Amino acid sequence: MSTLILRTASNYLLPVLLVFSIFILLRGHYLPGGGFVGGLIAAIAFVLHAFANGLDDTKNLLRFHPGFLMPVGLALAFFSGLSPIFVDQAFMTGLWFPEPFPVIGNVGSALFFDIGVYLVVIGVTLTIIFTISESA
Amino acid sequence: MLTAILLGFLFALFLVFTGKFFRGKMAILSALIPAGLFAYFASFIPKISSGEIISRTYQWVPAFGVDLSFKLDGLSLLFSLMITGIGFLVFAYTASYLRGHKYLDRFYGYLSLFMAAMLGLVLSDNLISMFVFWELTSISSFFLIGFNNTNPASRKSALTALGITGFGGFSLLAGALLLGSISGTYSISEMLSMKEAIAGSEYYILAVVFIFVAAFTKSAQFPFHFWLPGAMKAPTPVSTYLHSATMVKAGIYLLMRFTPVLGDQEFWNTTLIIVGGVTMVYSAVHALFRTDLKGVLAYSTISALGILVFLIGLGSKDAFLAASVFIIVHALYKATLFLVTGIIDHQTGTRDVTKLAGLRKIMMPVAIAGILAAISSAGIPPTVGFLGKELTYEASLHAEAFTVVIVVAIVLTKILLLWAGFVAGIKPFTGKLSEEYTNVKAPDFLMWGPAIILAVLGLIFGIFPMIIESALVKPVVSALGADASEYHLALWHGFNTVLLLSAITIAVGVLLYFLVKPSVKLENKIGKLEFISPKSILEKGTHYFNVFSAFWTNVFQNGYLRNYVTTIVLFLVVLVSYIMFGSSRVVIDHTQLSQVTAYELVVALILIAGVFYTVFTKSRLAAVAAMGVVGLAICLIFVFYSAPDLAMTQFSIDTLTVILFVLVLYRLPKYLTLSDYKMRIRDGVLSAALGTVICLLALQVLAEPTNSEVGDFYAKNAYIMAKGKNVVNVILVDFRGIDTFMEISVLAIAAIGVFGLLKLRLKSTDRSQ
Repeated sequence: MSTLILRTASNYLLPVLLVFSIFILLRGHYLPGGGFVGGLIAAIAFVLHAFANGLDDTKNLLRFHPGFLMPVGLALAFFSGLSPIFVDQAFMTGLWFPEPFPVIGNVGSALFFDIGVYLVVIGVTLTIIFTISESA
Repeated sequence: MLTAILLGFLFALFLVFTGKFFRGKMAILSALIPAGLFAYFASFIPKISSGEIISRTYQWVPAFGVDLSFKLDGLSLLFSLMITGIGFLVFAYTASYLRGHKYLDRFYGYLSLFMAAMLGLVLSDNLISMFVFWELTSISSFFLIGFNNTNPASRKSALTALGITGFGGFSLLAGALLLGSISGTYSISEMLSMKEAIAGSEYYILAVVFIFVAAFTKSAQFPFHFWLPGAMKAPTPVSTYLHSATMVKAGIYLLMRFTPVLGDQEFWNTTLIIVGGVTMVYSAVHALFRTDLKGVLAYSTISALGILVFLIGLGSKDAFLAASVFIIVHALYKATLFLVTGIIDHQTGTRDVTKLAGLRKIMMPVAIAGILAAISSAGIPPTVGFLGKELTYEASLHAEAFTVVIVVAIVLTKILLLWAGFVAGIKPFTGKLSEEYTNVKAPDFLMWGPAIILAVLGLIFGIFPMIIESALVKPVVSALGADASEYHLALWHGFNTVLLLSAITIAVGVLLYFLVKPSVKLENKIGKLEFISPKSILEKGTHYFNVFSAFWTNVFQNGYLRNYVTTIVLFLVVLVSYIMFGSSRVVIDHTQLSQVTAYELVVALILIAGVFYTVFTKSRLAAVAAMGVVGLAICLIFVFYSAPDLAMTQFSIDTLTVILFVLVLYRLPKYLTLSDYKMRIRDGVLSAALGTVICLLALQVLAEPTNSEVGDFYAKNAYIMAKGKNVVNVILVDFRGIDTFMEISVLAIAAIGVFGLLKLRLKSTDRSQ
C-alpha cells in the first residue's frame, strides 16, 4: 500500500491533519468538535502516516510510545478538575480567565479537561492500533 | 484514640518505605509500637475501674449515620490490653523467631495492620465501622496465615480461613443493616436503650442469626471450626497472636458486646449453650487424637472458645464473671503454650509430640514457662486458671435447666483440656532426652522471655486476684449489663461442690495423661471419620460447585465471538419483545414522523446495498469496506438531522474501525469455508428480528410523553454557567465531566488490556521459538 504518491502526500498531510485536529479541539466549546473527535482525527493522521511509510517510521517520528499520552492526559484532566479545590470551589467547577485570549478564545479549566481527553484518545487509539498491527 | 488505632496502619505504611531498616537487627524496635499502645490503654485503667466510659466520635459519612465513634469501657479495655500486651510480646518474639527472614518487614507490616484492625474492631461503637474493621482483620489474617506463600497447603488454608471468616463478615453486615433498620441507629450505645423494641421486633430472630453466624465463623464454633486447625500452617507468632489470644476472640467479643442489647432471650441463650457446649466437647475430644503440638493446641483453643460461648449463653452474673476471668486465663496460658511450641519447633525442627521428650535439659526457662502454663490450663491452684475453672463450675451448677448434662459436659471438657495442656506444656520437657536432640541449641532471651512473662503473670494473678478484679473483671461484667460489685475473687471458697468437681477434674485428668499418650495410631483412627466432618462436606460442596461452574463456563463462555453475539442478541430480542408486547399495545404515532426526502431515500438505498454486499461478498476486505459504507451512510443521516458532533465522531470512529479490521484481516487468506445456508438463514432471521424490535422500540419511545426538563436545563445554562455554546461539548467536559473522566479512564484500561494481551502472547511465542 506504500505507493509513492501516498508516501509523499502523507508527509504533508500529517502536519495539516494535526493542526486540523487541534482546531477541532479548540472550537469544540462553541461549535461542533471537541477533544474526543480531535483526538480521533489526530490518531487517524498518525495511522495514515504509518500506512504510507511503515509503522517503524511513524514510531521514530513520535519518539515515545503513544501509550505515555494516556497517563499524561488522565493526569491533565484530573488536575483540571481538581484546580477549583485550591480556590475553595467544589471539584470540577469550571474556572475561566476573565479575558479571552487571541486566536484561542476563552480559556478555562474545561479546556484543559478537553485537552486531557484529546491526549487520552490519541494514546488509546494509537496504542491499540499499533499493538494490533505489530502482532498481526 | 483515633491516633492510637491508626498508629498500626501508619506503621504498616511506613514499613513499605523503610522495610530494609526493620528487616535486620532493628526489627526489635517495631515492638515499641504495641508497647506504647499498651501503656496508653493501661493509663485508662483507673478511670474505667471507677465506672467511667470514654467515648470519642469523628464524623465519617454522616448522611448514612456512619461515624467513627469509639467507646472505651471495661470490655473494650480488656480486649485492647490483650491485643497490645500480647502484641508487644509477639512482636519481640518474632524478631528472634524469624530472624534474617527475607520478608520480615512485610511480616511486621501485616502484624501491625492486624493489630490496628483488631483495636478498631473492639473500640468501635458504630456497627458499620465495626464491620469495616472486622473485614480488615479477616484480610490481614489472610496474609498472615498465607505468609509462607510458596507452600500450597499454606495458601489453601489461608483461603479457607478467608472464605469462612469472610462469609461471617457478610453475615455481620447483614445483621448490622437489619439492626440499624430496626432501631434506626448504627450506634451500639444507642441500641442499648432500645433493648425491648429490638427484642419485640419480628426480625429479632433473623438479626440474632446473622450476628451468630458472624461470631461463630470468627470464633471457630462448630460447624465452622475447621479453618482454625488449618490456619496453624501460619508461622507460630501468628498462631499465638491471632489464633489464641485475639482474632478468634473477636467473635466472643461480638457476642459479649451484644449481650446487653440482644441477650436475655430464650433463643439467644439456648442457641449459645448448645453451640458452645457441642463445640467444647467435640473439639476437646478431637485434641486427644492429634500428634502435632499445634494441632493439639488448635483443638483445645476451639474447645476453650466453646466454653466462652457456652458461658455467655448461660447469661447469669456468675457466668459473665467466669467468662471474663476465663478470657484472661486462656489468653495467658494459651499464648504461652503457643510460644513454647514455636520455640521447640524453631530449635528442634519438629512439633511431633510423640518424638519430643526431656527438652528441659536444654531449655530450662522454656520448660518452666510450659509447665506453669500447663498448670494454669489444668486449673491447679494457685494459678489464675484455678479461679477460672472454679467460676465456670459455679456458673454451670446454677444453670436453669439440664443442670446435670451441662455440668457433666463442662467437667469432661475441662478434663480433656487438662490433658491437652499437659501434652503441650509438660510432655516435651519430661522424660529422657532422645539422642537426636542432644545437640539442639538453647533459644535466646527474646524467645523465652515473652513465654515466661505470660506464664508468671498467670501465677501472679492467681495468688493476687485483686489485681485483675477491680481493674479488668468487674468493668467487663458491668459492660455486660450485670452487677458484680459485691463479689470478690479468691482462691479459697471453703469445702463445697465446686471444690469437689475441681478435685475430680484434676485427678481424672492427670490419670488420663498417664494412661493415654498421643500416638499416630490414635490419629489414624480419627482420620477414618474424616469423611463426615463439616470440613469434608464443605470441600465436596465446593468441588461440585467447581464442576458445575466449569460446565456452565464451557457452555456459555466457549470462546467463539459469534456464539456470544448470538446469545446476547437472542436474549435481547426475547426480553425486549416480551416487555413491549407483553405489557402494552404497540402504538406508533404517524403524525410525529417527518416527510421522507430524496436525500434520505438515496442514503437509505446506499445503506441497504452496503448491507447486502457485506453479507454476500466472498472477500473479507470487501466486506469490511462495505461495512464502512454502511457506517458512513449512517453518518450522513446524523448530518441531516442536525447532529454534527455525532456525525463527526461516528465518521472518525468508522474510519478507524475499518483500518483496524484491515490491519487484522489484511494478512488472512480468503474465506476458507463459508457458513452453510442453515446458519445463514438463522443469523439472518435473528438480525432482522433485532432490527425490527429496536426500530419498534424507537418508534414507541417517540409516542411516549418525554420529560425534556434535563435537556432544557442544559440548553439554557450551557452559556450562562459554562461559557460554551456547543451544548454537547459542554455536557461532556463540564456538566457531566466526572462521567467523561471515568470513560477516558476505561478507555485507557482497555488500551492497556489490548497491549498486555497481545504483547504478553508475543513474548511467550518468542520464548518457544
